[in-house]
Amino acid sequence: MITPLALLGGVDPWIFGFSFLTVAVTLWMGFRSAKTSKTASDFFVAGRSVSVGWNASAISGEYLSAASFMGVAGMVMSSGYDALWYPVCYACGYLFLLLFIAGPLRRFGAYTIPDFAEGRFDSPLFRKIAVCFVLFIGFFYTMPQMKGAGVTLAYIFPGLPYWVGVVVVGAVITLNVALGGMKGITLVQAVQYWIKLFAISVPIFVLMAVVGFYNTQIGANLAPGETAPAVSSVERKPLVEKAPKDTAWIAPFGPLTTKAVTAAANALPAEQRPAFLAEHQKPYSLLYTYSLIIALVCGTAGLPHILVRFYTNPDGVAAKKTTMWVMILIGVFYVFPPVFGVIGRNLLPELYSGVGAKGTDKIVLELPTLISAKYGVVGSILSGITCAGAFAAFMSTFSGLLVSMTGALAHDVYGRMLRPQSRPAERMAAFKVAAVLIGGVAVTLGCFVEPLEINFMVGQAFAIAAASYFPLLFMSVWWRGMTMKGAATGMLTGGLCALGAAALTNLGTLALDKGPMGQVFAGFAPLNGFWAQHPLLRILCEQPAIWTVPLAITLMVVVSKATAAQVPADIRMKMLVLHAPEKLGLKQEYIQEQQAGAGH
Amino acid sequence: MSSPTPAHDDVVHSESFLRLLMRRQLSLSIACAATFLVALLGMPLLNYFAPAFMATRVAGFTLSWLILGVLFFPFVWIISYLFIKRSLRLEEDEVNDARR
Repeated sequence: MITPLALLGGVDPWIFGFSFLTVAVTLWMGFRSAKTSKTASDFFVAGRSVSVGWNASAISGEYLSAASFMGVAGMVMSSGYDALWYPVCYACGYLFLLLFIAGPLRRFGAYTIPDFAEGRFDSPLFRKIAVCFVLFIGFFYTMPQMKGAGVTLAYIFPGLPYWVGVVVVGAVITLNVALGGMKGITLVQAVQYWIKLFAISVPIFVLMAVVGFYNTQIGANLAPGETAPAVSSVERKPLVEKAPKDTAWIAPFGPLTTKAVTAAANALPAEQRPAFLAEHQKPYSLLYTYSLIIALVCGTAGLPHILVRFYTNPDGVAAKKTTMWVMILIGVFYVFPPVFGVIGRNLLPELYSGVGAKGTDKIVLELPTLISAKYGVVGSILSGITCAGAFAAFMSTFSGLLVSMTGALAHDVYGRMLRPQSRPAERMAAFKVAAVLIGGVAVTLGCFVEPLEINFMVGQAFAIAAASYFPLLFMSVWWRGMTMKGAATGMLTGGLCALGAAALTNLGTLALDKGPMGQVFAGFAPLNGFWAQHPLLRILCEQPAIWTVPLAITLMVVVSKATAAQVPADIRMKMLVLHAPEKLGLKQEYIQEQQAGAGH
Repeated sequence: MSSPTPAHDDVVHSESFLRLLMRRQLSLSIACAATFLVALLGMPLLNYFAPAFMATRVAGFTLSWLILGVLFFPFVWIISYLFIKRSLRLEEDEVNDARR
């Protein structure tokens, strides 16, 4: 007991109190609801009785992760304007989901993407291929959540090493999921949304009332072509050396999108640099921007843990209304995180020199303490509130991901592939083992990613989803000529290319780290030398969506045409179920036919 | 469904009904997506070709920041509202067509 007490020495009781309360309430609500819904089908049926408002809150609650709550603010602070594409596309990606995928999938009545893959192509084999990507995308998505946990705990307990936070939070959530709490319960997720919205908006309004509003704070930064900032009333702290200059930060095509070209220019002799930058910088950063947009917009429409929630609507009309409300709820939320980044740049620039857990990713947590000097305890209370929001963010998303990944591993890999004859009790045990296994891998991966930006990592998960599940769903829904072989070839090639590119990028970045990770990954340092010679390849690797998404779709078309004889025989009926209004009752008819067919 | 299973040579199961159905829904979705994509993909182009204009100050914000950081969200809400309204009406029409 000595070590924990010693750690509590430098801890602010308000910050600790609010965070602890959030964790306790989440666990308690999870267990309480878990008692009333035991199985996956219970969860879905129970979900179908909830109203549009609760359901929309629940979807938003599961969607807003550590990336939205902490990462966006951190990235806006470190990279400026270009980082705004993240919140905008996180919110707008829903529109693509609504326009092309949500309605048909809801009518088809498949609970998950693997369910859909099997039903659309009558192929249990394809289901197994599709399951892999639940795990690939899931692990890329859990890494940033783990970093959020490490950063937050290192902030609450100033002496704590980053990895301890990752291990503690990872273990608590994993145990919670393994013991049956937090089965993606609608009520818990819905409450989490409102905690997050409260925690991001109230502190920032109080802060803005004290230090100046959003527009004032942006106005204090010099735009290109200006000789003096538009607003001079903000008392900015001097920027540290590592911070980007005002004009690069506030304008498009700033540090985020020009990083590769800048690195390449620095490898050249000094006299060639200006010409090289003038020729390549802007075109390459335009390419980077477009690739990022494609990854985020298409990726949102292919996230496995989000699509599942569309079946908790009673019918297609409610599903559409829910989507509308989700877009409003997350859109309102996404206005706030960039404000933290902007004010942080002006008033807390020392974070630019911090690395890993001490860097800009913790701006949301630390910024409210700025007003402590003037208003005493209010600063601590507000910082406690943002910490509570951060806990809500990474806990809800990590739990949601853990449930869907564990489900895939226990249900599909164990229950269908390894031991199809297993009894229910064995499957329950398998679920627990799988939860611990996946939680363990997620924690291990999380310990390595301290030098990477939270938001950037989530962007990579989106890029993988955009090149695998999005083409699969989009093409299978709207093109009847698609065959299983075409779908599998396209999804596997596109998805694995994006996965490989993302992994290479991370390995290269980790090799640059000055801390312990730099030594662990030192073997990958030559990658950075190669990219300095070829900045275009670096961009295509860092943001692969611009080539992987078209690659996946092209392969799907070409291979499907080549295997046209294998289009499912009842394709017209499948298409009718996907597209005809539910009032016509075609779904029931389709199920009857399927059952009759199975009886022969 | 209490109604008997319809025979398979009626309107609902015909090739022409399915084609019409998919074409109407897809054209509505594409119209909405096009509006959205013109704005979304047009923003980087405006930033690229008219940087001075996009750096104009509007109440402290640069124009480019104001559009992307604030105005884009309500714009998407409007598109999705219109889409939902029209697609629900479209489904009503389809049901009426099929049962006529």
